[in-house]
Amino acid sequence: MNQKLFEYVLRIADNALIYGQRLSEWCGHGPVLEEDIALANTSLDYIGQATNLLKYAAELEGKGRTEDDIAFLRDAWDFKNLLIVELPNNDYAYTIARQFFFAHWYLLFLEELQSSSNEFLKGFAEKSIKEIRYHVQHASDWMLRLGDGTEDSHARMQNAVNQLWEFTPEFFMMDELDQWAIAENIGVNCEGFKAQWRHNIESVITEATLVLPPDAWGQRGGRSGKHTEYLGLMLAEMQFLQRAYPGAKW
Amino acid sequence: MRLLDVTVICEKFLVMSNKDWPLWEIFIRSKSGLAHKHVGSLHATDAKMAIENARDVYTRRMEGVSVWVVKSADIFASSPDDKSFLFDPANDKVYRHPTFYEIPPEVGHM
Repeated sequence: MNQKLFEYVLRIADNALIYGQRLSEWCGHGPVLEEDIALANTSLDYIGQATNLLKYAAELEGKGRTEDDIAFLRDAWDFKNLLIVELPNNDYAYTIARQFFFAHWYLLFLEELQSSSNEFLKGFAEKSIKEIRYHVQHASDWMLRLGDGTEDSHARMQNAVNQLWEFTPEFFMMDELDQWAIAENIGVNCEGFKAQWRHNIESVITEATLVLPPDAWGQRGGRSGKHTEYLGLMLAEMQFLQRAYPGAKW
Repeated sequence: MRLLDVTVICEKFLVMSNKDWPLWEIFIRSKSGLAHKHVGSLHATDAKMAIENARDVYTRRMEGVSVWVVKSADIFASSPDDKSFLFDPANDKVYRHPTFYEIPPEVGHM
């Protein structure tokens, strides 16, 4: 099996899986009904993408594991997602700001992935990009309304931006595996669109009367399995049923 | 998040919701349809959010491809009490229906 390709796919899948799981925590707790449904829809979009990607990963691995096995029977250090998607939801401003930063990056990532030499990833990107376009729109609109909103919403939103900023450099850190994928024309060089991402988010941030914090050291480690303390707790909830009742069927 | 935090934030939004989020009526046209049909209502801060919320709430199962949103406050409706004097007179004016014309077969269905 192509171990490198498997791991590269896993990175994209884990972003979708962990983020979908995190967002699903809002279900039933949204600030208003319409946003509850919007977040649940978004969560489902990501979980759907994760399912597709993990199915492909399982095929690539060829060890007889299913996508469910890969999702629910791995421990935290085997997950390859970016740190930002495993952070707690906190309040709505935090949730929207995280969505805003991530979706803007993911959109650019998928746009590049559409030129992948790998047929599956190419098709995946073409299909998924429509979902992400909506997430970008939705998050940006909320950034404007909360940022340029009441004193309370502005303060919360600025606070969220300040706290999340150090998790955004990881979007653009290209390691050995990325270099391999880029050389093979399979993967995406995120450094290539860093400036575009910055420009895109900055225009919304400015219109939302917010400011970006100064650039500083970026938190990292997600893609090599070094995660925050939050991931373990989330996996405990996510994987409890599959681990306590192995082989359970609905 | 602790339950208390969630409650406080929800309460805050509920208060805002009663004061600042108007009600909108939603109309959706299906892919093969000609007219926008009324499907329900929702709350939103403004027209753009109303469209997004309508997309999230009312088009989950591919119900449509076009959305109209109208502030409920902008819709005026006839009163049910006026039903008889507004609409009954039209009931017995058979000459208003174009049934006395003979349409040549070449024209087909009109």
